[in-house]
Amino acid sequence: MGNEVTPLSKEPTTKQLVMWAGAVGDYIPIHYDKDFAQSRGLSGVIVHGQLVGAFLGQLVTDWIGEGGTLRKLSCSYKGMNYPGEAITCKGKVTKKYVEDGRHYVECSLWAENPKGEKTASGTAVVILPTRDSGD
Amino acid sequence: MAEGSLDIDVLKGKLGVEWEPRSYPVESEMVRRFARAVGDPNPHWQEGAVPPTFVLAIGFEQFVDDLMSLAAFGTVLMGGTELEFYQPIKLGDVITVVFKITNLRERQGKMGNMVFTTFDSSYKNQKQETVANCRQMVIGY
Repeated sequence: MGNEVTPLSKEPTTKQLVMWAGAVGDYIPIHYDKDFAQSRGLSGVIVHGQLVGAFLGQLVTDWIGEGGTLRKLSCSYKGMNYPGEAITCKGKVTKKYVEDGRHYVECSLWAENPKGEKTASGTAVVILPTRDSGD
Repeated sequence: MAEGSLDIDVLKGKLGVEWEPRSYPVESEMVRRFARAVGDPNPHWQEGAVPPTFVLAIGFEQFVDDLMSLAAFGTVLMGGTELEFYQPIKLGDVITVVFKITNLRERQGKMGNMVFTTFDSSYKNQKQETVANCRQMVIGY
């Protein structure tokens, strides 16, 4: 309990935001047009919340490896991330239990900006292979 | 439209109503492009496995287009995402997504009226098996 999930560091560029926009079809201009973003009360172009969510997804799939299964992933976007700034994804184990012979692990997850503020936080539920199955 | 007088009557009419299903074939280049956009170097995503969060790419563009046509939002900000995965999506699957707005809440903010829009999406494969469900919240203003 309290075990740390191996952290994941990201530093999305505006290019990466454009790649994400194209990959998921999110063409909302606050993610690529600075003037537009400012007209909507933002200080500049912001990182897509869902991209931060996908970073947290990668945090978990990297951590559980091929043998693990991601069952649930939730993420609440609390603050803005800006391109060119580091985003550090972290997590820790909050619960372990067995149900129907499956080994479940619950984690809390979050993303930090360079000031150490949590810009997103969430949870994951994963199924890990049992020791018997060769883990 | 003046700020603070955002009309969401049309959107309210969609509350609880399932939108027309739309189907999308999952092709390898879409998945590779998604993994590159995340900056996720996991070789599995290059070898035919599909990252769980790939569901975010299915039908989202059409959903946002529809949403923006229902209410005169200047923009939308994503507030949260909850995903449940039931089985992996595979290359070659044809995924049918159905969206539904499940909650609308209005609040006065410094940019005028803000509309907290919660929407669910369900994803089924070509065998009618549910592969994932998603609940997200966007703030329109």
